[in-house]
Amino acid sequence: MALLDVRDLSVVFTRKRARPFTAVDNVSFSVEPGQTVGLVGESGSGKSVTSLAIMGLLPKRGAEITGSVSFSDTDLLTLSEKQLRDRRGRDLGMVFQDPLSSLNPVIPIGLQITEVLERHRGMSRKQARVEAVELLGRVGLPDPGRRVSEYPHQLSGGMRQRALIAIALACRPKLLIADEPTTALDVTIQAQILALLSELVSETGTALIMITHDLGVVAGLCDEVNVMYGGRIVERAERHALFATARHPYTHGLLASIPRLDAARGDKLIPIKGSVADNIAWEEGCAFAPRCPNATDRCRNEPPELVPDGAGMLRCHNPVAVAVPEGAR
Amino acid sequence: MTGPKLLSRRKADRIDELAQGGTSLAKDALRRMASNPVAILGACIIAAFVLLAIFAPLLAPKDPFIPYPELQAQLTPTNIPGPMPGFLLGSDQNGYDFFSRLLAGARQTLIVGVGATIIGVTIGMIIGGLAGAFGGWVDTVLMRFTDILLSIPSLLLAISIAALFASGNQWTVIIAVAMVCVPVFARLLRGSMIAQRSSDHVLAATALGVRRRTIVFRHMLPNSVGPVIVQATLTLATAIIDAAALSFLGLGDTDWRRAEWGLMLGNSQDLLSVKPELAFYPAIAIIIVALGFTLLGESMREALDPKNRR
Repeated sequence: MALLDVRDLSVVFTRKRARPFTAVDNVSFSVEPGQTVGLVGESGSGKSVTSLAIMGLLPKRGAEITGSVSFSDTDLLTLSEKQLRDRRGRDLGMVFQDPLSSLNPVIPIGLQITEVLERHRGMSRKQARVEAVELLGRVGLPDPGRRVSEYPHQLSGGMRQRALIAIALACRPKLLIADEPTTALDVTIQAQILALLSELVSETGTALIMITHDLGVVAGLCDEVNVMYGGRIVERAERHALFATARHPYTHGLLASIPRLDAARGDKLIPIKGSVADNIAWEEGCAFAPRCPNATDRCRNEPPELVPDGAGMLRCHNPVAVAVPEGAR
Repeated sequence: MTGPKLLSRRKADRIDELAQGGTSLAKDALRRMASNPVAILGACIIAAFVLLAIFAPLLAPKDPFIPYPELQAQLTPTNIPGPMPGFLLGSDQNGYDFFSRLLAGARQTLIVGVGATIIGVTIGMIIGGLAGAFGGWVDTVLMRFTDILLSIPSLLLAISIAALFASGNQWTVIIAVAMVCVPVFARLLRGSMIAQRSSDHVLAATALGVRRRTIVFRHMLPNSVGPVIVQATLTLATAIIDAAALSFLGLGDTDWRRAEWGLMLGNSQDLLSVKPELAFYPAIAIIIVALGFTLLGESMREALDPKNRR
């Protein structure tokens, strides 16, 4: 039984005097308890909007959400704002991209933990404070007894993100959504934060949705990866399969554009040509076609469907050929 | 936030903070103000003014509210006695001790200025806070109301309100001046509340299931009051000037014996040729006090501006 089952989730932003914009288009995926699922894509691929839709954090006006988001057998999309507030923080947690702006600058970080504990676990202020110190210690903040009464601007970037993780995990949610949690951090700190996340997640049995544009993050953390492009999932694969045999030209391009240490000097990075702005609508054909090296007339005129491909799923007419291993013949 | 150049300074600050055992934005701002000469000058003027206002009855050499026969004896339509022993600045047009009345005026001016500002800030913050917290039609209705208030020139509005109430005591002036600054505070707080509503940390708090009430009072309001505090300090200056203007126009206190700088200024306008000091000193007092609040307010704005944070 899946913990989270997203079915045909679509988010359409409607604006006055402008064409409606489909940010998320029939996205379906599921997360098992304790599993880590990656949502990967460029800026504007719809991955953050997907996560906000799951949390019910999109504005009521201007965003039309269809489909279903079942979480432990409840459709989150049908819940009232009040019911959602009871679940957020307790069952569903979220860690945001920018640790400084995600913390309230005028109150100590301890209070930002205790308010969640008091709200969802009914603790007294005293109990909550003791628990907050323990939580800060668990996420590796040095001297948590003093840090608990410090303000966000007194912490370093890495410490702030640790504090945010402590806040998000304070009530041991069943699902944690991490929206590019390492983007704003130094590379060395990134590794620490990722290690911490995966450690805490396996310790508490929390399922994790990892939203990122960084395939390196995916490689280290995720069990399953969904690659998104133009609001749709274009490829789904188990982590090792994705890196070994990426089928979608977009995934392939993402992998090829990663700088490699073993590349010869003078080798140029291989970017994906064009930008998301070149997209055509999915209704007309494959949105990636204008940027795709394999694109044919069929790609431009006939939208591909998401179909099973090996152990995963693929949305492509002309996938990258897989070199079939010798032994499999 | 900080360039490498400033790193050592920042480190020094950190050590300071550690020594104090933590700091907050307010402490931070105070420290920046303490090293700004403009802020110190403003603070000194205000401190002197407030002390004078509080201790006026003790400091005044004579009773400001009774006429003195020795002064009245010398009063003629063309002569008002100047400085003489016991009477530092001589007499006013009614035979009162002018210097003592100036001191008493400080207290009256402080009461009117602070009273009007407090009332204005309170009502303005309630309106702006409701509009910013709820949005939607609450916002629309309240903001159209403040737009109407704002569309009337402030002094004209104050005069109309003062004329409407016309109860002939200092409350008329206080209410009239307060109503003029209500829309300013309402808009200011609403604006920063709305900015806060779409901020990351409010989104993060919402994602944690924090109650709406807690979000408004703990996460939005404290982050929004900075500009309001600055504006309140600046408004003290304009409130004092507006109050003086109302008194000058005769719309304030009808009791001519009450010492109020604007009133003293208004009553002395026929006597400029006889004794110009009667107008000069209250005018200077109003200017200095208004300048003090403006300097303090401006430097506070600078100190609280995140762009100036090290």
